[in-house]
Amino acid sequence: MNAVFGGALIGLAASLLLLANGKISGISGIVAGAISAQRGEFWWRIFFLGGLISGGLILQIFEPEVFKVTTRALPWDYIIAGLLVGFGTLMGNGCTSGHGVCGISRLSPRSLMATFTFIVFGVISAKLFDWLREVP
Amino acid sequence: MKNTVAFVTGLIFAIGLGLSGMTRPQVVKGFLDLGPDWNWSLLGVMAGAIAVHGIAFQLIRRAPSPLLALGFDLPMKTKIDFRLISGAVIFGIGWGWAGICPGPGLVGVASGQQEFLLFVGAMVVGMKIFQMASRRFI
Repeated sequence: MNAVFGGALIGLAASLLLLANGKISGISGIVAGAISAQRGEFWWRIFFLGGLISGGLILQIFEPEVFKVTTRALPWDYIIAGLLVGFGTLMGNGCTSGHGVCGISRLSPRSLMATFTFIVFGVISAKLFDWLREVP
Repeated sequence: MKNTVAFVTGLIFAIGLGLSGMTRPQVVKGFLDLGPDWNWSLLGVMAGAIAVHGIAFQLIRRAPSPLLALGFDLPMKTKIDFRLISGAVIFGIGWGWAGICPGPGLVGVASGQQEFLLFVGAMVVGMKIFQMASRRFI
């Protein structure tokens, strides 16, 4: 049930940002806006990302096991995955938060389609990883 | 004030991701690999988040404006196009490979662990590559 409770906290956070600031909690979009100097509305994004990392520090202090990694991924795997995630989320205008949570909550057809697509390809990729690394 | 809200939102978001198991790549991969000990956590997180935000969205949309801003900044695009689907395919492949998406990656930076630092560094580079490529070609 921790999953559902954690999810509810995410939904609460997204609702707070929309109610107060009128913004969508799409994390890839927030990062993209923060790293490109051309766009306005720079500072709220920095504060949001600061909040994310501060939340991470609180977890690191009180619940460090939430960062325990037991997969067989090698350093290179994180670099390749990170490049694909950065490129793909900007191309598709969103990630698990923007499309998967906020978009589906708004019943956006684009977000439903994007979420379906990235879950299907996430499954294929995770399966391929297991097969190549021979996880029993 | 808007910045304070943004900070608090990010903080709650991070705690939600951590408590729900999403900052552990094996939990995400345990969902995506549909294995014999299938981990349903990701589905639970999405259900919990969508239940709360879906209801809240219906209430918030009736307000004439947000509390601290002039208007709601909602995505205007409605077309399901090649760019949306290709982006989702590329993101999905990266996500399934490492078991990390942007939110948990950034939260994980606070742990100082190599996995998250490499992922987030590469993610920012991937975004920069897209931004440069789209300026030139799209």
